[in-house]
Amino acid sequence: MAKADVLGESLWDAYSNKVTTLMNNPQHQGEIFDAEAEERGNKLIVADFGAESCGDAVRLYWEIDPKNDKIVNSKFKSFGCGTAIASSDVMTELCIGKTVQEAVKITNIDVELALRDDPETPAVPPQKMHCSVMAYDVIKKAAGLYMGVDAESFEEEIIVCECARVSLGTLQEVIKLNDLKTVEEITDYTKAGGFCKSCIKPGGHEAREWYLVDILADTRKEMDTEKMKAAADAMAAGGGNFEEMTLVQQIKAVDAVIDESVRQFLVMDGGDVEIIDIKKNERTIDIYIRYLGACGSCESSSTGTLYAIESTLQEKLSDKIKVLPI
Amino acid sequence: MKVYLDNNATTMCDPLVVKAMEPFYSEVYGNPNSLHKYGTAPHPAITKAIDQVYTAINAADADDVIFTSCATESNNWVLQSVWVDHILNGDKNHIVTTEVEHPSILSTCKFLEDQGVKVTYLPVNDQGVVEAHTVKSFITDKTALVSIMWASNETGMINPIEEIGQICKEKGVLFHSDAVQAVGKIPVDLQSVHVDFISFSAHKFHGPKGVGALYIRNSQALSPMLHGGEHMGGRRSGTLNVPFIVGMGEAMELATKNIQATMSKIRAKRDRLEDSLVELHDTFVVGDRQNRTPNTILISIKGVEGEGMLWDLNNGQIGASTGSACASADLEANTVMLAIGADNELAHTGIRLSLSRFTTDEEIEYTINHFKEAVARLRMISSSFAKQAPTKGGEVQECELHHH
Repeated sequence: MAKADVLGESLWDAYSNKVTTLMNNPQHQGEIFDAEAEERGNKLIVADFGAESCGDAVRLYWEIDPKNDKIVNSKFKSFGCGTAIASSDVMTELCIGKTVQEAVKITNIDVELALRDDPETPAVPPQKMHCSVMAYDVIKKAAGLYMGVDAESFEEEIIVCECARVSLGTLQEVIKLNDLKTVEEITDYTKAGGFCKSCIKPGGHEAREWYLVDILADTRKEMDTEKMKAAADAMAAGGGNFEEMTLVQQIKAVDAVIDESVRQFLVMDGGDVEIIDIKKNERTIDIYIRYLGACGSCESSSTGTLYAIESTLQEKLSDKIKVLPI
Repeated sequence: MKVYLDNNATTMCDPLVVKAMEPFYSEVYGNPNSLHKYGTAPHPAITKAIDQVYTAINAADADDVIFTSCATESNNWVLQSVWVDHILNGDKNHIVTTEVEHPSILSTCKFLEDQGVKVTYLPVNDQGVVEAHTVKSFITDKTALVSIMWASNETGMINPIEEIGQICKEKGVLFHSDAVQAVGKIPVDLQSVHVDFISFSAHKFHGPKGVGALYIRNSQALSPMLHGGEHMGGRRSGTLNVPFIVGMGEAMELATKNIQATMSKIRAKRDRLEDSLVELHDTFVVGDRQNRTPNTILISIKGVEGEGMLWDLNNGQIGASTGSACASADLEANTVMLAIGADNELAHTGIRLSLSRFTTDEEIEYTINHFKEAVARLRMISSSFAKQAPTKGGEVQECELHHH
């Protein structure tokens, strides 16, 4: 929080004049009926998105000239707040005159831009961005119905944050490139999670398939694994000297080698191993380990398995290594 | 015409109350704890305010009424100090409350859960009322406190406080009631009901914002939350807010003397409004009128989203309220609506109208007309009443996700 948040913004005062005007007097509110469209030799498509039980619902009507796939007329009906009604109205306007193939490229970002009074100022406060997302969803649904394909086929990538239209791929890339550690940092870099906040973690306005907290955790895990692999690879290539490493680097390198070559076999048998300590002596480097789970009672843990761990570490890191189970 | 129908959120400060407060800013400004004449000068006015408050809720002389900054403070104080006194430093571990309490109770309970306290959130019936036998069945020998609101801010529905008080007394469990929506609206007589603590707030009954109180039966032990000087017997420190205490006393007297007559006047206007609004098809009001605060209506209007309705009412200079999804900053459905077992639709179509003793008949007539116009306009736009059916495959059965 800061000074500007002490009182907080009034929701409705943050709406653009266009939002206010269209809520008070929507231009394209209404219906088109099958019989009318048929009479004009056109095809009518009517698609619903949302429901009263979700808090907002929209019904989109497209009258399409089948000769050129052009949307010659469009109307909407909406159960929703001011932003939902104004968004639906602008969406309808954006559709008119476009072919179905062109219309399907309209996103909620376009709708929000069209609602701005000036290009620099958002038309709605962050928590209301969500209301324009339905416009995008219902267009895809209508296009799918007309073209006889699944609405999902228009989406080329997995969109995690629909308000800001940020994809899973972008998020993973940005987290890795900038070494992001928190969801707040992700929002600062990508705007994802900065609007209706549903995509941050479960329990928001709507359930999602992907959440930023999980993406962050998974990507961080992937990064750690990559880092360890890199360290181990460097060692294996003889590029570094295990004996000169700091204790933390040594533990990481040992763990990376175990992770790469040994751990999977232990886990398969219901066990695991953890590194307790590393002690440098005159002639040896003693690595103390502890067996976990099934390994603790396994006979070969003091013979075959131990030998396998030790020889792998000797080969990859240093021939001075001795492994001591405790 | 401008009509304020959000009196459960806050009320206009009665001009008589403002007048009573006025001398205590620039004329009589001494600290009541000072020894000199400046300090003793406000004593008669504070004594009068204390009398007014005790009389209004029929508190006994042996009871304590401690002035606080608001009911949120009073609620926090009870919950947090019961935790310290009976859970951290005692052998209890459990608190019983309801799903429909004010956030100052629910958020504090969540905080206490994080500290390891077990909290039971009782459901309410389809009237929005918690049933006494439900309370009884969840009290254990580890229960330190039962905290149940006297009347609901959202629905106006009144809980069986007398019965619950009796149960708590028999079980030997402390009983607190958030009486913010009861004091000044309906009779609250603490000699005929057994409660250990009640919270209330002046701005809900035409007093100033920023002053409330906690009633403590028989001056029983409860650790202070605000430590400091020896104000109010050391129970709640901080220099006495003289003008606000004087204002609260005056407001309580004005609200509670002749309360039956005031109630019936407000009720007549409320009933007139309610009867007219339910003439609209596909509408319903939550809860039986007889068991509701006389000023409150929570009405659901099919096909009209709550925030959209508030918008149109606001355009007509009418201030009302909703807990619906789009209106609140966190975009969640109205939890009270969900708790009373209404389907999800109701949670997005509820409008709360709350009157006061200052609401006039003209305002009610104006509201009825404007309300009906707004419903007509929004239902015309609404997809809920569209005639042309969706293209095959274009329907929505249930609330679907914005998924890909």
